[in-house]
Amino acid sequence: MAGSTPASPIAEPVLAGGAAPPLRARHESLARESWRRFRRHHLALVSAAILVLMTLLLIFGRVIWPVAINDIDFAAQLTGPSFAHPLGTDDLGQDVFARMIYGGRISLSVGVAAMLVAVFVGVFVGAVAGTARGSVDMALMWLCDLFLSLPQLPLLLLIIYLFQTTLRKLVGMELGTFVLIVAVIGGFRWMSIARLVRAQFFSLREKEFVEAARALGASTLRQVVRHILPNAIGPVIVAATIEVANAIIAESTLSFLGLGFPPDIPSWGRILYDAKDYLDVAPHWALFSGGAIFLVVMAINYVGDGLRDALDPRRVL
Amino acid sequence: MLSYLVRRLLLALPSLLGISVILFCILALAPGDPFSDLASDPSIPPSVAAALRAKFGLDDPVYLRYFHWLVAMLHGDWGFSFASRIDVSRLIMQRLPTTLFVIGASQILALAIAVPVGVYAGVRPYSFFDQVASSLALIGFSLPTFFTGLVLILVFSVNLHLLPMVYRTDMGGSGLPLAWAYIRQAIMPVMVLALFQGAPWTRFVRASVLDVVRLDHVTTARAKGLPERVVVMKHVVRNAMIPVVTLVALQMPVIFGGAIITEQIFRVPGIGSLLISAILANDTPVIMGVTFVFAILVILFNLIADVLYGWLDPRISYR
Repeated sequence: MAGSTPASPIAEPVLAGGAAPPLRARHESLARESWRRFRRHHLALVSAAILVLMTLLLIFGRVIWPVAINDIDFAAQLTGPSFAHPLGTDDLGQDVFARMIYGGRISLSVGVAAMLVAVFVGVFVGAVAGTARGSVDMALMWLCDLFLSLPQLPLLLLIIYLFQTTLRKLVGMELGTFVLIVAVIGGFRWMSIARLVRAQFFSLREKEFVEAARALGASTLRQVVRHILPNAIGPVIVAATIEVANAIIAESTLSFLGLGFPPDIPSWGRILYDAKDYLDVAPHWALFSGGAIFLVVMAINYVGDGLRDALDPRRVL
Repeated sequence: MLSYLVRRLLLALPSLLGISVILFCILALAPGDPFSDLASDPSIPPSVAAALRAKFGLDDPVYLRYFHWLVAMLHGDWGFSFASRIDVSRLIMQRLPTTLFVIGASQILALAIAVPVGVYAGVRPYSFFDQVASSLALIGFSLPTFFTGLVLILVFSVNLHLLPMVYRTDMGGSGLPLAWAYIRQAIMPVMVLALFQGAPWTRFVRASVLDVVRLDHVTTARAKGLPERVVVMKHVVRNAMIPVVTLVALQMPVIFGGAIITEQIFRVPGIGSLLISAILANDTPVIMGVTFVFAILVILFNLIADVLYGWLDPRISYR
């Protein structure tokens, strides 16, 4: 390389010739160092604050704003924001703010749960492929490529269409839809994480500290769980953050197409779906729900950006 | 070159088979069966129901059913739409051109935005332009298609009355006014999709240019005294495009997802809105057919990306 471009504006310049960094007077833990780097990404910091505030509002919103989500008031149909209804009302005169608080919980928990599914499957597949090599690795990577070339949204819609009635009968309306949506979204998004983990494994397994563990007689499982995985987790955290945003969009998409949550469980996408036919008379209804999705997704993406710079300072993009 | 193409085509076949297996498994595992009504209908004797089941091969082992289904699909026998009362293949062929037009136009627009902006930002990292472009890209990246679509409708159709809200294919008139009407109604769907794709691609292009721009061969090109335009166009962009082509191909499934939503919002009569209406009308043959067409399209575009890749990067041998 003739010169080097820092991967991000906050990354520290690499010392010439890859020399060892100067010894610090005080030892700094990895978490502290990451936090120090994360803090310098101002937009990420602001986004993290927005996310925390929003989560608190969603958790304690019922206390501050104890209006029922299905309180029908035909005298106040499709009214704009006012003191009685901070975000206006919908076509049945239900309070949009109360519905948004309820729906936000659903949207966010779907996002986090689907991310957990994707990370769990992805780390498992990636770790197995990275440890086993050979034919197992090849088969798993073929599966990965196959899943990457699947038309995801049509298949998501197809699976939900085929299975929703049975599952809803089995475990109830709300839980059934939740489990189905989380499983399908997570089940279609593990591939990038699996590839990341596998690539990390390939480089880490040749490192001296793993060799040392092997020489000391550590079993393969111990090598993987104690030595390789903890070192491979940085990029996974970043990818997982972005996955939450993707899952929120995926859930909203399904609900927006009328195949997600039913109308009595108003997730943000569902509210938007109901609002889209009243765009001319009550634009506030669609703008608030859509804007909430946009705001959360953007904040999560910025936090992911900041985390990437903090945990993985050499990577570009 | 030809043998490379043939080899890529042969490699695409297992993926297509894999997708067909997955599709069939989903269908086979799904609860409910087309003859459940017969079983509960007291006016039909059980023997008749059983004979019907045997005739349509519903009691065959799974692998036989898969084989029959695959053979029928390959013969172009995709079934009969319950809702529209015509063959699924004909229905899809009617709708496909609209979808391809909207997707194609938006891809061209997205690339026309993403490549220049990404290259310009990547050549001057952390400049003012780069910061603005990167922020806009991240915002565009976080905007879900359904929200952009609704906002565009709100601004341009509801408030300004500039553009039609609904996409139509049965417009009267002829000549230039008709062409203008077609373009006018396509503006918003194409814009939504182009924004949806342009934002992540700008990021890809920028990152990829950033990787290439400090390499030795670029320094050499500058040292030779080549004008900056030539250095960027010939030595940076061409090399930077190689990973971008792969990423664009990997994004194909996402693009089709975006197209489905966009078609649904603007009522574009393409295969995406066909899929949604088929799902809402329980029209299983159409759902299967459209899903399969999407799978074929994804694989086709991956194939095109592979060929482009070979053309962009001469280091890839055509062996």
